[in-house]
Amino acid sequence: MQFERAHNHTWRKIKSGLACGIAFVSAVLVISPLGLVFFYLLVNGAGSVNWDFFTKLPAPVGAVGGGMANAIVGTLELLAFAGVIGIPIGVLGGVYLAEYGSARINSFLRFLADVLNGIPSITWGVVVYGLVVLRFKGFSAYAGGLALGLIMIPLILRTTEEVILLVPNGYREAALALGVSRWKTIVHIVMKTASKGIITGILLALARVGGETAPLLFTAFGNRFWNHSLSQPIAALPLQIFTYAISPYDDWHRQAWAGALVLVTGVFCVNVTVRILTRGRTASVV
Amino acid sequence: MAASIAVEESSVQARMARPSRFGDKAFEWLTLAMALTVVVLVVLIGWQLWRGSTLAIQKFGFHFLTTSTWDPVAEQFGALPFIYGTLVSSLIALLIAVPLGIATAAYLTELAPLWIRQPLVSLIEMLAAIPSVILGLWGIFVMIPWLRDYPFPFLKRFFGWIPLFSGPIYGPCMFAGGIIIAIMILPIITSVSREILRSVPDLQREAAYALGATRWEATRIAVLSYAKKGLFGAVILGLGRALGETMAVTMVIGNTPQIAASLFKPGYTLASVIANEFTEATTDMYLQALFEVGLVLFGTTILVNLLAQLLLRTIAVKSATRAVQ
Amino acid sequence: MENLAMETTERSVIERAEQRSAPPPEVEAPMACTFQVKNLSIWYGEKRAIDNVTLDVASNAVTAIIGPSGCGKSTLLRALNRMHELVPKTRMEGTVLLHGENLYSSTVDPATVRRRVGMIFQKSNPFPTMTIGENVVIGLRLNGVRNQRFLDERLEKSLRMAALWDEVKDDLHKPGTSLSGGQQQRLCIARALAVEPEVILMDEPCSALDPIATAKIEELINELKAQYTIVTVTHNMQQAGRISDYTAFLYIGRLIEFGPTTKIFTNPSEKQTEDYITGRFG
Repeated sequence: MQFERAHNHTWRKIKSGLACGIAFVSAVLVISPLGLVFFYLLVNGAGSVNWDFFTKLPAPVGAVGGGMANAIVGTLELLAFAGVIGIPIGVLGGVYLAEYGSARINSFLRFLADVLNGIPSITWGVVVYGLVVLRFKGFSAYAGGLALGLIMIPLILRTTEEVILLVPNGYREAALALGVSRWKTIVHIVMKTASKGIITGILLALARVGGETAPLLFTAFGNRFWNHSLSQPIAALPLQIFTYAISPYDDWHRQAWAGALVLVTGVFCVNVTVRILTRGRTASVV
Repeated sequence: MAASIAVEESSVQARMARPSRFGDKAFEWLTLAMALTVVVLVVLIGWQLWRGSTLAIQKFGFHFLTTSTWDPVAEQFGALPFIYGTLVSSLIALLIAVPLGIATAAYLTELAPLWIRQPLVSLIEMLAAIPSVILGLWGIFVMIPWLRDYPFPFLKRFFGWIPLFSGPIYGPCMFAGGIIIAIMILPIITSVSREILRSVPDLQREAAYALGATRWEATRIAVLSYAKKGLFGAVILGLGRALGETMAVTMVIGNTPQIAASLFKPGYTLASVIANEFTEATTDMYLQALFEVGLVLFGTTILVNLLAQLLLRTIAVKSATRAVQ
Repeated sequence: MENLAMETTERSVIERAEQRSAPPPEVEAPMACTFQVKNLSIWYGEKRAIDNVTLDVASNAVTAIIGPSGCGKSTLLRALNRMHELVPKTRMEGTVLLHGENLYSSTVDPATVRRRVGMIFQKSNPFPTMTIGENVVIGLRLNGVRNQRFLDERLEKSLRMAALWDEVKDDLHKPGTSLSGGQQQRLCIARALAVEPEVILMDEPCSALDPIATAKIEELINELKAQYTIVTVTHNMQQAGRISDYTAFLYIGRLIEFGPTTKIFTNPSEKQTEDYITGRFG
């Protein structure tokens, strides 16, 4: 009897250990693609990331060498344009949700923003195609930037709202009690206090849309040369990687790996910056 | 001296600008207008997709969803292969990602040593940050050759008698698409599940431990069963992402509009047919049909997301969804 | 020297009060009064927080509002500079006169009221993104004062009045949050003084402080009443006894008793007041 109970207990212990083991293996499996992707990016891409890559235009088919200078600049231009649209709308919209409005309407708007965040990014490409490309008869940097900017709006809106809600009410009251008007209190006290969090949200959104390809396929379209006018098609790093990856040429494949390495490095740099920023934020707000 | 101080004093209030109600009103209206863009955007997407596909909707009607001919030359368009491909690849992804994601979430909140938790969470957030196109690139050149050489022949040898694993192995195929989607949605399923498990009150755990439960028993009885509804929400949220995943899938799924029993055969999804053929759509009807595919995709993801949001509503998972969006 | 300055400011405050409005007819109140609260009732939604309160707040004196928690002390205090309006769905009846001027008249902007009636909060709240110096003058700055020389003057004067100048004069560029709890609270007092209000409301200003810091604030309150009218909420009875000239006892939104502190504490006329003060409930 005694023995049996002990035996039962051991079995339960073993089962518990086994479950822990399985969970551990799952965790390893989940993060293994990260390591594998990074490993192959370095192996296949590092060799082709050189001075030419950052300064030259793509080489014609068959010619060796060339770079992605136009695509890198193009991505930055697109991000700048997207930021002009997405940042003010997202930030101010987030301010509204956090500071004004009735609970009912706000939860509805919040809900819509979450739904928008779940919409496939290619949908935005189709919509902007109908809205801009068809209307103005051509692919353009404007269209690409708009598509990315629209994606940013709900992302930034939600993060801004969240960090503004974290600002203790005492600061609002202190400013209002000095006879400062509501909007100045929000802009100079509340938003300033939450600025690190707001910037974090903006950076994350930029990093996210900077790696987007689908919304650019038929808006920015891509360009093998420099873009001289925002109403012309423009190259972007993720687009170029896609074009090269599905091409049949080995040299282009190498360029695709190099481009991917550069893009991932950029995205990860932003993420690390954000991590450092947020560490500061939690310290100062709490 | 004294008199001048008195003047200074009384002028403090006088020096301040008169408060203006206009500034307050203007700022409130401005921010309201910005917040309302989310409504505008939802309406805009629906309206644009609808307008872009009216002709196709009129011409094909309900048959668009139920026929499987996709022939741009003859202008016959049926989206069934894409719907099928989207559903099957998403299902494969969920079958892989849900157990792994929830197990990892349980590991992160309940079972793992404390020092390992934060680094693991950071790594998962990094995985979420990898752009889809880069995962696709890796899929084409690393994952597919490996799948083709090792696991697929193995599956075929032992399970070839099941139609799912029969037929020739090409490389790009439905199965590969499902796996790449699984990798894409693992971070969100894991993070949201983790948030949900964290929101389980400690009282639950303590009660289980007090009854002499082992670590796993406490996790299973007290935590996982308590969080069932929320975890289901996480899965649905993952499904929403899976349905709309575009670039990586387009690069590995093979892009052939067919409905085949074997997972080793190429497939096509709603998102990837848009990505692939949109710029090639030479005729109006072709473009219309692609807009309608977009409409179907939009409608489906919006419904799935609505469901997920409703399921997750009561639980504070905001920060998790943000981190991995 | 300091005495002289104090006298002049005192005079100027009174002069200003007289300029602003004709002195209210003082029939019943023997003392000069800053606030006249008449039949004030306040509701939060359906809940009545203040029930028909009438009282006069004496100028250049400390008035303490005491009562068990939830009795409406803070609401009454906040009604004096319209801060209670920040809570959605509040409704009020009655009038609050500041030197005879109705604070709630439709032509009065709450911002103007709050400039004249400053407030100190339970938890010190210097703005975390600003230096000590910026914290003090932020009220003036955001209210449109640009003259740097004037701001510098106000900075020093306010910090001196808050008895903080000597401690921080070399650290004005350091963050306001780098100060100790008691110093932070005095910084908040300096911030409120910088816009030169007529009244300072204090909502349990010492409840988060240690005894030494509390003593300093109490001393400061005692000095400030020469120039300002002070209304403070406290649930520390000893403190009310130490610092206040008048005491109002509030219970479930009703003003039970109001009078000179010495009388309230030694010879209250209401049974409830006596019970509360002797610690029988609360």
